Amino acid sequence: MNAVELVDIKKSFDGGNEFILKGLDLKIPKGSLTVVIGYSGTGKSVMLKHILGLIRPTSGQVNVFGQDLWQMSNKEIMKLRTNIGVLFQHAALFDDQNVIQNVMFPLLEHMKGKKHKEYLEIASKKLIISGIEEKHFLKLPSELSGGMRKRVALARALALDPEILIYDEPTTGLDPILTEMVDDLIHETHMREEGRVTSIIVSHDLMAAFRIGQYIVMLDKGKVLHSGKPEDFLNSDIALVKKFVEKGTKKKYGI
Amino acid sequence: MSTNEQYAVNKTSNGFVQFISSIIEFISGLICECGITVLFLFKSIKSVFQRPYRFQEVLKHIEFIGVQSLLIIALTSAFTGMAMSFQIYLGFKLVNATNLVGPTVGLGIMRELGPVLTGLIVAARAGGAMAARLGTMRVTEQIDALEVMGIDPVQYLVGPRVLAALISMPLLCGFFDFVAMSGSYLLCVHALGLDEGIFFDKIQLWLNPRDINEGLIKAAVFGLIFGAVCTYKGYNTTGGAKGVGESTNKGVVNSMVLIIAINFVMTNIIRFVNTLMGGTG
Repeated sequence: MNAVELVDIKKSFDGGNEFILKGLDLKIPKGSLTVVIGYSGTGKSVMLKHILGLIRPTSGQVNVFGQDLWQMSNKEIMKLRTNIGVLFQHAALFDDQNVIQNVMFPLLEHMKGKKHKEYLEIASKKLIISGIEEKHFLKLPSELSGGMRKRVALARALALDPEILIYDEPTTGLDPILTEMVDDLIHETHMREEGRVTSIIVSHDLMAAFRIGQYIVMLDKGKVLHSGKPEDFLNSDIALVKKFVEKGTKKKYGI
Repeated sequence: MSTNEQYAVNKTSNGFVQFISSIIEFISGLICECGITVLFLFKSIKSVFQRPYRFQEVLKHIEFIGVQSLLIIALTSAFTGMAMSFQIYLGFKLVNATNLVGPTVGLGIMRELGPVLTGLIVAARAGGAMAARLGTMRVTEQIDALEVMGIDPVQYLVGPRVLAALISMPLLCGFFDFVAMSGSYLLCVHALGLDEGIFFDKIQLWLNPRDINEGLIKAAVFGLIFGAVCTYKGYNTTGGAKGVGESTNKGVVNSMVLIIAINFVMTNIIRFVNTLMGGTG
């Protein structure tokens, strides 16, 4: 079964003059860890917003867990979103709430009827498995490093035990050590609940895609250029894929 | 007509057409923007009455918009009341009518200056802060984060702010009226030597509770205006830090212009209604 299926998605923001997505077809199997890569401006973020139901496609169908998103009512879409955790590029933590409050926020909104202590316990557990020590729980996001903010954001994304985890360029702007740490964290998180959780990572980092991805999807000009396992990607005959592999590995290791 | 003359005529007429079309474009843009803001206002008000109710958020914003504005309102209103009283005293002294300083100041404050100045001050202080806060949340993806958590950002962020502005403004306006009249009393009675009994007697004689209500109604409308405009601008911010600055600026400026313009319209409507109801207007 596919967790996410995009069928012939076309999207234009200017009434049909220019299309960002030009008939995108994509199937993401349930329980997989899929990395979506591509040059800037190929429609990766727009594709993510379609999966989350934040943007309505000009034409085409978005199916999440087999349900057509745009046949659902607003309430149903809102409910579905509680089953999707998102780690944003810049963490998007609420800057007026401390670490523990940030993680407790979705719990308080959607998991009614528990005692305050229980919410605290769940949030603490999520933070600890994301690698945040207790001494940081009362700090504001502005007092944390970039890597720690991502960890807190991951804990918040995990708070409701979602079945789909989406990472929007999780390592952009981080140094190589932090990049590797975040990649490992994503991999650990996925492997911890292998089979239940479907992870979708949008990234520019090809090496990370090879290291942690079970499937790699490459977008180009609003369409899927290539999709398959990492080894298929390396052996692809498509010129642009070859170029991307060459540039990606050279940039990373200077070879 | 020579070719050059024909060219000059064409150029002038093209320029004129461009000028007219730019004006039409500006006006239609303005109408469109107003329409979208009104729809946004309706959506936010409607969201307040949908589950889950956000009373705590409303209280939090009443504290920010209302309680935290008290000091600035007190200072502004006291000095406004005193300055206005002094100018009216100087004018009325020429025609030997200083007995009427109290009610004249009262009418001016309660009907016009109270709601308008309260609106302008609170729009600048709290409206600007609301636009900046929502704008920052938008550009740092915090609003997107709310949405993907299955929380309606309009209901969580906008509705409580607009409702808090609506509730706070009449209260602040009443406070403005009270402090301004206290300032007027102190200046007139204790500094300029007017008779205390006459001061209060004339106010009681010439001022009607309807005058106070007029100001409070206006203040509530101004609360809705700056609440809707500033949250709309902030909520729809684009373009990073620069965009936050622009949306804050636009939110505050548009609110202020609207408050002054709508005050004039409301004054006329209320006068008209009062006349219909047999009052003096």
